Amino acid sequence: MTEILVLVDHVDGTVRKTTAELLTIARRLGEPVAVFVGSGLADAREALKQYGAEKVYVLDSADLVDYLVAPKAEALAQLMEAKQPGAVLIASNAEGKEIAGRLAIKTSSGLITDAVDVQPGDDGPTTTQSVFAGGFTVNAAVTRGTPIITVKPNSATPEPVEGAASEEAFEVTVSDAAKTARIAESKPRQATGRPELTEAAIVVSGGRGTGGNFEPVEAFADSLGAAVGASRAAVDSGWYPHAYQVGQTGKTVSPQLYVATGISGAIQHRAGMQTSKTIVAVNKDEEAPIFELVDFGVVGDLHTVLPKATDAVNARKG
Amino acid sequence: MKIVVCVKYVPDATANRSFTADHTVDRVGVDGMLSELDEYAVEEALKIRDAAGDDTQVVVLTVGPEQARAAILKSLQMGADEGVHVSDDAIHGSDAIATSLVLAKAIEAQGADIVLCGMASTDGSMSVVPAMLAERLGLPQVTFGSEVTVDGSTVRVRRDGDAATETIEASLPVLVSVTDQANEPRYPSFKGIMAAKKKPVAELTLSDLGLDAGEVGMDAAWTKVLDTQERPPRTAGTVVSDEDGTGADQLVEFLAGQKFI
Ligand SMILES: Cc1cc2nc3c(=O)[nH]c(=O)nc-3n(C[C@H](O)[C@H](O)[C@H](O)COP(=O)(O)OP(=O)(O)OC[C@H]3O[C@@H](n4cnc5c(N)ncnc54)[C@H](O)[C@@H]3O)c2cc1C
Ligand SMILES: Nc1ncnc2c1ncn2[C@@H]1O[C@H](COP(=O)(O)O)[C@@H](O)[C@H]1O
Repeated sequence: MTEILVLVDHVDGTVRKTTAELLTIARRLGEPVAVFVGSGLADAREALKQYGAEKVYVLDSADLVDYLVAPKAEALAQLMEAKQPGAVLIASNAEGKEIAGRLAIKTSSGLITDAVDVQPGDDGPTTTQSVFAGGFTVNAAVTRGTPIITVKPNSATPEPVEGAASEEAFEVTVSDAAKTARIAESKPRQATGRPELTEAAIVVSGGRGTGGNFEPVEAFADSLGAAVGASRAAVDSGWYPHAYQVGQTGKTVSPQLYVATGISGAIQHRAGMQTSKTIVAVNKDEEAPIFELVDFGVVGDLHTVLPKATDAVNARKG
Repeated sequence: MKIVVCVKYVPDATANRSFTADHTVDRVGVDGMLSELDEYAVEEALKIRDAAGDDTQVVVLTVGPEQARAAILKSLQMGADEGVHVSDDAIHGSDAIATSLVLAKAIEAQGADIVLCGMASTDGSMSVVPAMLAERLGLPQVTFGSEVTVDGSTVRVRRDGDAATETIEASLPVLVSVTDQANEPRYPSFKGIMAAKKKPVAELTLSDLGLDAGEVGMDAAWTKVLDTQERPPRTAGTVVSDEDGTGADQLVEFLAGQKFI
């Protein structure tokens, strides 16, 4: 069976949920094979095996992690040349898309980014994308080379299937030309104890309507076990860190439930949350455009509605 | 020093965007504009030029239909020095791979110490053209800068990644892309608008760049759109008022009914 390469998305060996999703998608298309770049394999091994990786190619070299993107693309190109996979799947985040873009040019292969679904087709995988702030869906396929596809989080339900996960070290040579953008410093983000925004099943976001007080938003999020997001207005006001911005220039989220509080629902915000399964809003203006999207909405002040709702949720949980 | 800024002409995001019969983005039927995210790239170039205080030139480059000239004009009004507009019927339907080829050829023809891009185009939003350009031009890729400093021949950016905030460093010549956190784009002044009218804009075709029509456009694309569908509007939901103070309870009732609690 042809190998479908999945670039493992991990932080020092902690594997992100998207990798399990990609392995699940890879199984539809061929034999799922994980590509692990960097150190920390010991911590990742179990997760890769559990979600069906039949093989794990291990690419471990300081050159691959000390420089931005280019060496990783070079290494993957060498791996593709050696293994001739049926497709390459990469998580659709900033770095993943950049690696994919460079890899496509290096290997003369077609690239599809931001897929929300990938299915086997007669002439290779077909993808579904959601474009124009979720207003349209596009089905596409790669017509040249090896399909390189970046896939958004929450695009598949990870299916646990025990894989052989046999390991094979793969030696790469990184050219000097790829070692020109040096990562001079790296400060890991502080853990919040909440689920990762792009992976969370529930996201509760706050906007300008919070007036700068995110406490009710965070408390409600915690009662639901949710991640916290923010609109750009809230971020630009310095009320919440940029890493939590949802929208066109922030993160795209596609949770089971998205709760927008004190957010008007501008097109750029929608671009980051419109594909959420269920949408709920709390806004004091009944004319706010966000209400056009909701499954359930409350016209009211978030500073009274959220604390009450938090208490009610906590009471139900007992 | 020469700074080349890549700017894209895009349909207005607040208008009704759609596709034409050949599944390409409708760039003619809706109002277009300079992609808002590319304004940050223009602004950054102007800041670098002004800080250098020498004869640094800012050239704005766009690949797009006739109307795309509007994107160049707006950049010139903001303060860029010159424009380059690559327009050719054969380019219609190009994907990011072909677009990056045309841009790369045009940049090579110009010669650049710094190539500046936006973080994403507001229509395609692939965020891959800058990385592809770095690949094609063999330049260091210093992308998604939320803060940019040029210090002699060294460029340093702050990149707010998913897991960490990184400082990326490289030497000129270099390719940089900036996010909407990098700066506050200026509005064209009246003086700027008047001055822009006299600034040179070179109009180029594929053959001027030594490219063949067969290398770009829809037929040369390495991907194929099978179909496009407008998403059915979401069915109207229930909206309740909290005037009587029952909003929170009704909300929690809904969430429980949907098994979120
Ligand atoms: C190029 C570009 C990129 C952008 N990218 C993004 C992006 O990634 N993400 C993003 O979010 N935006 C983005 N924006 C900005 C976007 O256009 C909006 O300006 C922004 O989303 C507005 O945020 P908001 O809804 O919090 O604020 P507002 O639009 O000011 O809305 C605040 C809402 O809160 C309600 N409210 C006020 N007080 C209360 C209260 N006490 N209780 C309940 N409700 C209350 C009001 O009725 C109002 O509806 C972008 C814009 C541009 C031009
Ligand atoms: N047709 C184009 N003309 C000029 N620059 C472009 C074009 N397409 C993309 N770019 C540049 O590449 C960046 C990222 O675009 P994209 O990869 O399409 O999201 C944009 O912000 C522009 O700086």
